[in-house]
Amino acid sequence: MSVTDVRDPLDVDRIKADFPILIRQVHGKRLVYLDSANSSQKPLAVIDAMDRHLREYYANIHRGVYTISEESTAAYLAAHQKVARLLNAPSWREIVFTKNITEAINLVAYTWARANLREGDAIVLTEMEHHSNIVPWHILAAERGIELRWLPITSDYRLDTDELPRLLDGAKLLAVAGMSNVLGTINDIPALTEVAHAAGALVLVDAAQAVPHLPVDVQAWGADFVGFTGHKMLGPSGIGGMWAREELLDAMPPFLGGGEMISDVSFEGFTPNELPWKFEAGTMPIVEATGLGAAIDYLEGIGLDAVRAHERLLAGYTLRALRERFGDRLTIYGHDDLDTRGAVISFLFENIHAHDVSQVLDEDGVCVRAGHHCAKPLMRVLGVPATTRASFYVYNDEADADALVDALVTAEKFFAV
Amino acid sequence: MPGIEDLYREIILDHYRAPRNRGELPVPPANKFEGFNPLCGDEVVLYLEVDDGTVSDVKIAGQGCSISQASSSMMSSAVKGKPVDEIRRLIRAFKALMSIHESKLEGESDGSDLADELEGVRLGDLEALQGVVKFPVRIKCATLAWNTLQQGLDEAS
Repeated sequence: MSVTDVRDPLDVDRIKADFPILIRQVHGKRLVYLDSANSSQKPLAVIDAMDRHLREYYANIHRGVYTISEESTAAYLAAHQKVARLLNAPSWREIVFTKNITEAINLVAYTWARANLREGDAIVLTEMEHHSNIVPWHILAAERGIELRWLPITSDYRLDTDELPRLLDGAKLLAVAGMSNVLGTINDIPALTEVAHAAGALVLVDAAQAVPHLPVDVQAWGADFVGFTGHKMLGPSGIGGMWAREELLDAMPPFLGGGEMISDVSFEGFTPNELPWKFEAGTMPIVEATGLGAAIDYLEGIGLDAVRAHERLLAGYTLRALRERFGDRLTIYGHDDLDTRGAVISFLFENIHAHDVSQVLDEDGVCVRAGHHCAKPLMRVLGVPATTRASFYVYNDEADADALVDALVTAEKFFAV
Repeated sequence: MPGIEDLYREIILDHYRAPRNRGELPVPPANKFEGFNPLCGDEVVLYLEVDDGTVSDVKIAGQGCSISQASSSMMSSAVKGKPVDEIRRLIRAFKALMSIHESKLEGESDGSDLADELEGVRLGDLEALQGVVKFPVRIKCATLAWNTLQQGLDEAS
């Protein structure tokens, strides 16, 4: 069955109507938003849920015995339950909210890793990691004398898993992206987890790009820590989190100390609260949690299988269009196997800088990201200082891909030598 | 809203397509200075030969976007054969040109103090880069070569 025989399961025209920002024009042109891997737009359902919380029942959580505080607390708890449902986590108590995935990975680095890793221990990372899954480990490595090992990528932009058993020898953790934010490569987490666990290493998955775009089942993945972030999955910024197995979370020391993360405090010390509150110190992003919950309801209303199928089609359409229109003049940093890639497409014209391309695209209302995408080690491996990246989501369609190609034609003409 | 033609003036594109003084100089007698913009990966490598208080030769290497490349090309043309004192005045004037918009935005000044820096300095083609200030993220691209030059002059003299 060829890709063109498959119908898009999403009614994108209807979905577009759910996103108020898409009505906007930029430079007199329709807004073509192709930067969702950076941050997604928000549907009315999310905006309304947050607005309603603020207007009708906002109060601090866990503390009040009055009605609106109870309602606010219930919404905050429900958000944990919705994340647990989305990720198929065994218990909502295994969902810890943080302000974003960067904080979630830091939480693991500062608690689990500092309690369990000793000088000379090793952590395996991959060449395609985002800075948020690199720098916390660099900090730990420098502080504790931990060795960082790097799983390379192959010439077709996949993880070179042949190298994995050797690198994992004696390692305590494999930290890997579920999906690359530059290459679009979807990594085979169950297979990686099996190899890592066999070597005695735990597995942390940076699922910032995976959770918004793929059905994710943490139990099927078999990983130990899975981080996510709200703003890339139709929710607001300011909220993200980490799923981890309950026995790991129980054994981990607390991260930030303060209000709400305790069950008792005395002049002598404190007793940590039960999960997940033990890791949620201080007043949390309450309204943002409600927004995240609404985003999950919206995504589940569409269905993550349908989201994946839609983006698979759109990635295929865009890759074909780019290759047909520009041929060898445009390098695409990613492979064409739609089964193992998402709709994140990084590219570079031979003689035009990524920033110049995105500047000209903006003139046509097309929003893409230009730069190193917080993956400078990967940029070094690719041998480029920066790429232009178009990334698609539920509200994008073939017309958006066509607008990208048309704007790139303009950019190429504009900078022709 | 500023249009793209404000940013990419014809003379800028000309310098981008046909950069002047491109290449390297033997070190020594020349000095080599590197400027780096970590945000976008732009890199300017400046070779500067200073004799008796005059920049006798200049070459530019490195890579980056059209604005940073054009700006470094225009800078090299503007400073070659000029006395260092005059070049320092030019650097101040150029940086004033780039920051008038910013300091107005930040409410620090009405731009008149910066206008003093521009008094009596002939910017010539460099004025084409003025459009960059309407695109605040790109100002760093335009000033990269000039900051590198300033650092180079400070170290060389």
